[in-house]
This record gives sequence, C-alpha cells and structure tokens, in this order.
Amino acid sequence: MSGFTFTIDGIDVTAEEGQTIMEAADAAGIYIPRLCDHEGLRHQGSCRVCTVKAGGRSVAACTQPAAPGLTVENETDHITKLRRDLVEMLFHEGNHLCPICEASGNCELQAMAYRLDMTAPTRFPYLEPTRPLDASHPDIALDTNRCITCGRCIRASQDVDGKGVFGYVGRGIHRRLAVNGADLADTDAARDDFAMSAEVCPVGCIIRKGEGFSRPIGERDYDHGVIGQEIEGKRRD
Amino acid sequence: MADPSTDAIPNVAGPDPAQDAAIREICARHGDDPHRMMDILHDVQARFRWISPASMESVAAATGLTRVAVEGVASFYAFFALSPKGRVTIRVCDDIIDRFAGMPAVRAAFEAALGIGLGSTTECGAVSLEETPCIGLCDQAPAAMVGDVVLTRLTPERAKEVARALLAGARPEELVCDGFDGLAPHAKATRQVANNIRLAGNVLLAPVPDEAGLRRTMAIDPAAILDTVEASGLRGCGGAGFSTGRKWRFAAATQAPRRVVICNADEGEPGTFKDRVLLTERPHLLIEGMTVAARAVGASEGILYLRGEYAYLRPLIDEVLEDRRARGLLGRSILGAEGFDFDIRLQMGAGAYICGEEGALISSCEGLPGEPKTRPPFPVTQGYLGLPTVVNNVETFCHVARILDRGADWFRAMGTGGSHGTKLFSVSGDCARPGIYELPYGHSVAELLEMSGGEDAAAVLVGGPSGTMIGRDAFDRHLTFDDLATGGAVIVFDGSRNILEIVEYYMSFFVHESCGYCTPCRVGNVFLQKAVAKFRQGLANQADIDYLRDLSATIIETSRCGLGTTSPNPILSTLENFPLVYSAMIKPNPDRLRATFDIQSAIDGARKIAHRRSYIHDRDFSE
Amino acid sequence: MTEPRKARVATASLAGCFGCHMAILDMDERLVALMEKVEIDRSPLTDIKTFTRRCDIGIIEGGCCNEENVHVLQEFRKNCDVLVALGQCAIMGGLPVMRNAIMHSEQPLLECLEEAYITGRYTRNPLQHIPNDPALPLLLDKVYPLNDVVEIDVNIPGCAPSGDVIHDTLVKLLEGRFEGFEPRDIRFD
Repeated sequence: MSGFTFTIDGIDVTAEEGQTIMEAADAAGIYIPRLCDHEGLRHQGSCRVCTVKAGGRSVAACTQPAAPGLTVENETDHITKLRRDLVEMLFHEGNHLCPICEASGNCELQAMAYRLDMTAPTRFPYLEPTRPLDASHPDIALDTNRCITCGRCIRASQDVDGKGVFGYVGRGIHRRLAVNGADLADTDAARDDFAMSAEVCPVGCIIRKGEGFSRPIGERDYDHGVIGQEIEGKRRD
Repeated sequence: MADPSTDAIPNVAGPDPAQDAAIREICARHGDDPHRMMDILHDVQARFRWISPASMESVAAATGLTRVAVEGVASFYAFFALSPKGRVTIRVCDDIIDRFAGMPAVRAAFEAALGIGLGSTTECGAVSLEETPCIGLCDQAPAAMVGDVVLTRLTPERAKEVARALLAGARPEELVCDGFDGLAPHAKATRQVANNIRLAGNVLLAPVPDEAGLRRTMAIDPAAILDTVEASGLRGCGGAGFSTGRKWRFAAATQAPRRVVICNADEGEPGTFKDRVLLTERPHLLIEGMTVAARAVGASEGILYLRGEYAYLRPLIDEVLEDRRARGLLGRSILGAEGFDFDIRLQMGAGAYICGEEGALISSCEGLPGEPKTRPPFPVTQGYLGLPTVVNNVETFCHVARILDRGADWFRAMGTGGSHGTKLFSVSGDCARPGIYELPYGHSVAELLEMSGGEDAAAVLVGGPSGTMIGRDAFDRHLTFDDLATGGAVIVFDGSRNILEIVEYYMSFFVHESCGYCTPCRVGNVFLQKAVAKFRQGLANQADIDYLRDLSATIIETSRCGLGTTSPNPILSTLENFPLVYSAMIKPNPDRLRATFDIQSAIDGARKIAHRRSYIHDRDFSE
Repeated sequence: MTEPRKARVATASLAGCFGCHMAILDMDERLVALMEKVEIDRSPLTDIKTFTRRCDIGIIEGGCCNEENVHVLQEFRKNCDVLVALGQCAIMGGLPVMRNAIMHSEQPLLECLEEAYITGRYTRNPLQHIPNDPALPLLLDKVYPLNDVVEIDVNIPGCAPSGDVIHDTLVKLLEGRFEGFEPRDIRFD
C-alpha cells in the first residue's frame, strides 16, 4: 500500500498517496474549517479558510497534498485568528442580514463565525454592494447579497448535473456569481438539480421557494453543537 | 474595401442572424476552439466594438461552451467591452508617474475636446475615453493608447488636436506621423515610442551576433544546454528570480507527449518597460532564446504572450516570426535538424496585470479568465493544457541566447555572487535621464540615481509596487536578488511628492488588478485601500497603524498567489522607511468618537429633502 | 465602614425594536438579585431621560438611523465607562440597515422615503405627504452600526440575545471578568 503518516497539531494521521491534507484529516476525524470545499466536488482553494501551516508554509489544506512526515498546524490561536479575519471579510463583503435570512441556523458561514468567535468590534468597513434579487424562476430564488463566491453551485451544476447553470463573471472585488442566461428562469435550472440542494449552497443565496423557516429555532443544523463536530465525532481519542 | 471596424453598427438588440453568422465565421477561423477564446473575443471586439450578450451566445454555440463561461472571460479583461464603445478607444494611463508628469491636465483636455467624461463614448460613436494602469511608457509620460497605436509625451494641446482629428474621422495611425502606414514595423514602433537606451551593457544591448547561441545549441546535446544554463547562474528576470536552469530541468525530466515554452511578455509591473525595448530592438534574440529552450527541454510548441498594451508591437513580432519561419529558424526541422520542430504563436493579452503571474498567464493562453493555477502541480510538470511548460521572461530568454554563445563562465563572471550577469533596469520618475540602463547586478541605488540624474531623490521604489520603497538612508543598498530585487522597475520620487498619495494609488492598482479568486486579496486589498484613504484624510489614529500591519499580515499569509503576497508592500515598506508620513496624519481621539463619522454630511441629504436645518446639530435652527 | 457603591447602568434603544430590552427582562427573577448590585440611571426601564451621574456601563440596542440616535449615542459615550452594543442592530445595523443595500437609485434616501410614504404598495397616504415636522429628527444618509459612530467596548450578539447571555455577560462585566463568549452563546439571530 502507498500509505504514510504525518502530523496535525502533533497527532499522527495516516494518509494515502494523492490525498490532500484535508482529505486525510477528515478521515482521521480532525476538522479543518472550510467553506468553498465540499465532499464530492473538485477542490477550489479560494476561500482560504482552510489555511494551515504545513512544513512552515501557510497553504490551503483542501488543495495541498499530504506528504510523509509533514508537520501541520491547524488549531492554533494564530491560524484561528487568520480564519476569523477571512470569515469577517466575507461578512463585510456582501450584505449578510442573519435576522431575516432563510438560511440562518443552517448556514455554514454563520456557524463558522460562531466557531471562530467572531463577535468583537472590527475595523473592517462594510462594502454594502447593491446586488439585485433574482426571483424569476418559479422554484428557486437567488439572493447574491449573500453569495460568498464559494463556487460550490458552479462545480455542482457543471460536474454533477452536467448543466453549467452558474459561473463567475467580473474581476477582483467585482467578481460575482452569474447565471447562464438573462436570469435564472432563462436557464435550464431545476429544483431537483444537485446544485440547488440544501447541501450545496452553504449560505442563503440559493433559496428553494416555499421552504423558508420551515424548521424552527432549536431544530436547525447548527442550533446545538458547533460546525465540524460531525467530523470531530469520528475521532477516537 | 469596407473597413470591418467601421461598417458595423454596434448591435444593441438581441440576436441578429447576420451578426451571428459573422461571429461564427470568426470562431471558425480559430478552429471553434474554446482555448482560443482570447483571440475570438479580440476579433469580436474589433468587429463589433463590444461583446454583447447575443455575441456571447453565438461564441458559446460555436465553441461548445456555456454563455456564462464566455461572459466569464469577456468580463475579466479590461480591454473587452461589455457595452458599446466608439470606433476608437483612447486609454489614458492613470499611473502615479503619469499623474506626476501632468496627466490630469491632459485628461481634462481630452474630456473638454471630446465633450465626454472618462468612461463614456461620444454621441457620434467616434471615440471612447477610458483610463488604464501602467502601459509601459513611464519614461515618456504622460502617455495613452489610442486605438492600436500609442502616443507619448502628451500635452493638453496635443490632446485637443488628437481629439479633434479623431472626431473628424482620422485613424489613430495618421496621428503618429505622416506616412506612418508605409513604414516597416520596426520604424512604426520607434516612431511611436523612443527606446531611451541610456546605457547599453555587455550582454543584451551591445551589438549581438545573429543566431550564435542557437548554432552553438544545435552542436551540443540538450543535457549540455541545461548544464550551461544552470552553470551560468542565470535567474529569472521578471522579478521572482528562480534559477532558469533548474526550472528547465524539471520540465525536461517530466514525461509527456509534448512540452511547451512560453515567453512572458506581459510586463505589467508599474515602472517596468525594459521588455518593451527588448521586444523592439532584440526580438530575434528573444525568439532565438525560446528556440534554445525548446531544444533543451524537448518542446515543440511555443507561445509568446504579449500584453494587450503592447499591441503596437504586434506587427513587429509577427514579422519576426514570419521571417524566422521563412529562414528555417522556426517550424519543422530547425536549422536542418531532423525532428527538431518548434513553432511559436503570438497570444495577445487584453489588459490584466495578473496575467504576468505564470499560472494566470497559462490560464489566459487556454482561453480562460486570468486566474492563477492551484500549485502543486507546478507548470514545469503540468502547465499549459496539462503539459510540462517552461514560462520565462523576455529578458531571461535573451540572456539564454547570449550565454549559449559566449559560455556560462563569461556570464557568471559578471555581477555578484547569487546575482550573476547583467540586468536591464527601467528608470523613470523624477530623474533627468529616464530610460534603460543595462548594468551588472551589484550596483547601488545611489550609483543608478547618479547615472540617471536622480540625485534629488527622496524615495526610490525598487521593484514597482510589489517591491520596496526606500529612503535616502538606504540608497547605498545594492541591486541584487539578496538585497533589493527587481524585475527592472526603479521609480524615482523627489521630495515634493506625497508618499501617502503614492501608496494610495498603488493600493487602488492592486484592487483593480486582483483576479478576485481568493478572499484575502479580493476583499482585504479593498480594506487596505480604504485604510490608507483614512490616513490621507487625516482621520486615522494610532490603532489604525496597527490595523494596517495586522491586515497586511493576514493578506500576505493567506493569499493564493504572488499578487496578494506582495500587494501590502507599498504600505509595509513605507511604514518601515517613512513612518513619519503616517504618524504626521494621526489624531488622537480621547473622546472615543469616530473621526470618520461626519454628522454634517450624514444629514445633508435629509436637510435638502426636508428643506430645514437640524434642530440638534445646526446652531441657527431659526434660519 | 461604607458599603461599596452600586454599579450604575444606563440603557437606550436607538434604531431598535425594543426586543433587546425585553430580552434584558427575560433574565426574570435574576433581575432581583442584580438590583442588589446595580442601579439603573437613564433608561426606558426607569424612564429617567437624562444622565443624572456618570455611569459604569451603558447598554445600547439599535443602530443609528437618524441624528437623534447619534446625539444619544454620543451622550452615552461621554457618560459611560464601558459601552455595550446589545444585539445585531447595534452591532451591524440589524434590520434597519437593509435600507443601505436595497436602494439602487442616485438618491437612496429620497427613494426610501417615497417608497415608505407615497409609492409603497400597501401605503395609504391620501395627502401624498412625507412627514416633515421640525420635531422629527433628520434621517442619516444610511444606517450606521454603533461602532462606526463611537468606539464600542463589548458586543453581545443576537436578535435578540437570550436573557441568559445578557445576564451572564453583565455579571461578568460587573465583576471585571468578562473574557468573551462560548460558541453556544453566540447567535446572530
């Protein structure tokens, strides 16, 4: 077999040839926070929330191959602080209004902020972009004010649904999610596309109409417990 | 014969069969190949003056992509327009060097003469006016692109003349000089842009023999070529300084059906214009160097990625490539060597600084938005279309050709330990003799300032905004990889210049040029720019200095490519070397009220709507 | 020997719905024990309308949407040692801040007022008049979180935060041992 070991925060982790640091960590029950990475989709390495220190260099765990004897730092104060900055940037970049959002309580961005203790005042400005709501489609609404450009919907639509409903347009701070037509109704998007499923969009951008607030406070994904505990639960200490 | 660029009425409505057919023909000319998206969109832009949604549908249908994928490319590059443009687009350079050289008055003159503001198009559809970052003409600023030509040393009077002529129907070529169209490509280039070679060094700018390096190459094995390049100590000349020989070895060692050699002629780092001069005066040497590389690593395919801002050099490069093909120096069986096939295609860029990063450059060559690639794998093992790819700078390839001619030891003996050979420095800004200086590595900044007439310098930016800003106390530092590294840019600022204004400009440059893929660079740089603006407005406090450092550190540590890892440098190097310009702007706020909140401007809109003053905040409420 | 003085707390609701004040009261009977240690000065709860003395802690819900909010906030900053932003409106603008993002015109404030009073789908306003009494505070160009107007010391997130979190945070602040929140206590809704 082509297995080897490396360490994450001093804990031995076994890996196979070709696995990324994150894949090996997930299998070992060690949670590395991430937003743009999702099981079953190709790795993008754009959110940078999965930044770890590997062999002294800061890299994205979702794209960096594991290597024999590699020393990885994950849950350190320094790295947690970097991740909190990045999550904060995402909040300030868009218009994230948790009190009125259908995804609140099931939102990975929000849950990540809870995990990373994003509560203190910050000097980051709010960019307050003006992004219109696309409710043209009979079954799906798109509120890109909440989009964090994770690209999971793009990859899901291209690679799993074989459709290509979504794509990135623009450059820099103007980079945003766009659809393959004049609006969503002008595409071949369908309610039962994998790209439109609850597990793909981590936030409240892709909204399945008629479903909002159907789960009460107390019964939502992150009402009890912290994001990542499904992975951490796998570890036997 | 009808001029295709003038006979089409820009199509603002939906699908149109004639337009669709024309676009299908354009796509067919490029083999309906989605990897040729840059060329397809350039041609669509040239024909219709914009890339409309209907055009995107046509291109998508022809190339088998989705419309949103086509839109992704069209919306990434500054020179592709998503709204109709005029027959001619004037792009004035907004770099800080041009600003200091008088561009604001030139721009105002254009606006007045054309009757439009920046970002607009004249009513008659003749002219669009835009601004663009550094176009590589810093030594003859203020400068602008006008259609496919460039005009330098602009004055408000000249701007007025140019505007009038264009409105009257003149072609940009007619603005350069009389008889321009009849000139040979090299003459056309030098009529537009002076070379300003101030000091020709021993390696590149002194007279060079034709094909001496290539002939020597053909007489030895590829392994010996690699040994020679490595032994010479040559390091990449684009700024990163990676050992050229080592890079080539990785590519040569990777098993693959084909390998690729790419020349990075994207020269986008503000203040850098030395490749411009090499492309003008040593294009054969460049192609020779690429051919040597192809021989060394076993490549059959080459690409010369030329930045869109150097479109004025395209005819010259096309002519050189054609000439070399005709003489058996490119194509099949080069110099008669059976099996040594190598040809080069010219890939035009379209206005994106990030495409100077090798991964983004490769993406662009593949017809994608200029986003850097995930690494590993590195381009030398899996690059262009997954093939082992060597990407090197223009100057690097030129040095290679000379090294193969004169030998590794000859090159290595020049310069200093760790920084061998000569380097072309492009000096501009507040100096008497801006231009190109070819020097061995190891000279001090002070020596270069003396040569270029920059003795009054108060600050020097070595390496462009990605580099380091130093003050007088550091002018004795050396131009080497270990001390002050640069891809060539050396920008001189005298004591009258506002350091914070310079820093603010460069932060807006990085914001403009970030590809947007990763969070820290896309968002963090905007925050840094706003933070610097706060200092310029005198609204900052001591904690804001800590904030600049802290945010810079986050961006550097978590960014995905070289843009994000160096974009905070203007701030960090000036905090280090010019701390007083920051501390002079800070005010303590013991009352803990935010200086950035201005109640008067916050209620001004309401005052106007309500037609009354504020009971709380305006003293004379009774008025 | 004299008793240590009671801590003085002031509260205000600016551009808030008073839900966070209701959440303060959600600490139920623990309020009785708290009153052994705390005096409430200026507050809607006591109906004391101006500061009678300098306060140790000022708790504010709601962000700043008009000039009166700014005035009150600045008074709180001047008269309190520690300022607490209570709830999402105070921390990031909450619901009122929606007007910052959804107005797309050249004159967002006018668009907002016209939609609210004249063109809104469910508005009945026969006089077609935007209220403009001199006693009405002027609206700000946009809604500002508290931290954009004055320096804020502590944020208690939630919409509204639970009575438990408010009580525990207040007690820790009074005892000088507030060090932040457990993930389970952090809510943005």
